[in-house]
Amino acid sequence: MPLLSCQNLSLGYDGIEIIKNLSFDVNSGDYLCIVGENGSGKTTLMKTLLGLQSPMHGKVIVENGLKQNEIGYLPQQTVVQRDFPASVWEVVLSGCQGRCGLRPFYNKEEKKLAKKNIEKMGLSGLEKRCYRELSGGQQQRVLLARALCAAKKILLLDEPVSGLDPRVTAEMYALIENLNRKEGITIIMISHDISAAVRYASHILHMGDTEFFGTKAEYLNSAVGRSFAKGGRFND
Amino acid sequence: MTEILSEFALYFNYPFVWYALIVGVLIAFCSSLLGVTLVLKRFSFIGDGLSHVAFGAIAIASVLKLTNNMPLVLLITTLCAVLLLRTGRNARIKGDAAVAMISVGSLAVGYLLMNVFSASGNLSGDICSTLFGSTSIITLTQSDVWLCISLSVAVVAVFIIFYNKIFAVTFDESFAQTTGTRANLYNLLIAVTIAVVIVLAMNLVGSLLISALVIFPALSAMRVFKSFKSVTLCAAVFAVVCSVLGILISIIAGTPVGSTIVAIDIVAFAAFWAVGLFKDRKA
Repeated sequence: MPLLSCQNLSLGYDGIEIIKNLSFDVNSGDYLCIVGENGSGKTTLMKTLLGLQSPMHGKVIVENGLKQNEIGYLPQQTVVQRDFPASVWEVVLSGCQGRCGLRPFYNKEEKKLAKKNIEKMGLSGLEKRCYRELSGGQQQRVLLARALCAAKKILLLDEPVSGLDPRVTAEMYALIENLNRKEGITIIMISHDISAAVRYASHILHMGDTEFFGTKAEYLNSAVGRSFAKGGRFND
Repeated sequence: MTEILSEFALYFNYPFVWYALIVGVLIAFCSSLLGVTLVLKRFSFIGDGLSHVAFGAIAIASVLKLTNNMPLVLLITTLCAVLLLRTGRNARIKGDAAVAMISVGSLAVGYLLMNVFSASGNLSGDICSTLFGSTSIITLTQSDVWLCISLSVAVVAVFIIFYNKIFAVTFDESFAQTTGTRANLYNLLIAVTIAVVIVLAMNLVGSLLISALVIFPALSAMRVFKSFKSVTLCAAVFAVVCSVLGILISIIAGTPVGSTIVAIDIVAFAAFWAVGLFKDRKA
């Protein structure tokens, strides 16, 4: 049984459908990249997968034992966060919120988990630093560590490299690849960068006028894949 | 110096001075706790808006000749708080415009009602004290003080119990939602608590200056401190120290309590700002 399965999804808001009849499966260990023009509904799809929004038709089925709140999520940064006084430790620990339920404070295991993920993301020693004073790449790693605190098996990333310089972008991709290969965490990532998508992903979901879902090899052989892979990036 | 001290000793023989001090400290403390969240959520002006709503509600209560206007004022203010925080997103009228509208609207309606129906001979005096809280803190009764103490304890308890959740919802609402935190519920909780604090604070600084109690401690603490916990603690200490100083000075100098506290807040904010600049340059 697939980890996550979308069946005949129709998505949209204010009564307007922007995605019709979308079906795809994500298996454990997959690295799925969602590519497509702005406005093609990538973020809407991700919100639906996360259960923040309900589909107009169709359904999202998650494997037995995986709850929707056990999906790690790396959202795009918000304006509020840019001048938010919060230490790295506070931000990462807040990823354990879902494990607390109604318990008001974090327990030892959750603190240990936060510490482990801070180390994993190479942020040791920065725990007391203020989030807003970190570099863009460090900030993304903090948010990734937080997402890992919430995730059991699967991570959803919304344009994790936007605004980062090329070197940091490469580091970020390497980090995500590592999580996928070594830790077996399933990745679903929205990306504008087709060349990276084609390089790292195992599966591609192309949204827009022409829809495509399949493995990377199938994508590169398809008409839509060929025309876009050459261009490398969407204009945005 | 000894003259001032003996003057204090004289004043502190009167229970109303103690009442004013207790209520002042509690209100400043509660509003500073919530202030950090409100400033960060870009809701600084909600304090202002809601206090005008409370003014309108007081006008309605006085027209209805209610002896105890607290329940009605609390109810109306809470409803408006919920309404304003809910319309923050996805609304036809955007958050800041909605706050401005409700705030000015209730100010106008409140004044109109008081003008048309008031039986009091000193109308402008009444309105001035509602807006600036000039004398009402001196007229607190013992039951007022107990009510204030119990509501403050409730506010502080809510804040401590939900501290981690409030942080999560403030820092990143959509992430918090994906981890199963019911963000809307906590937004509602914040709205109701802030309404309670504002209705309490009406007595102290009056409805025009409440925003100062909410905003100044948070903004000052954010100049100097870098984590949510330290900002919250610093804001609370800041608020308590400034309000104690303000109340003491107003007793000695005979100045209005509310505006004296706010004036001290301004001076202290300038000091924190300078310290923040110095700290950043050194780093």
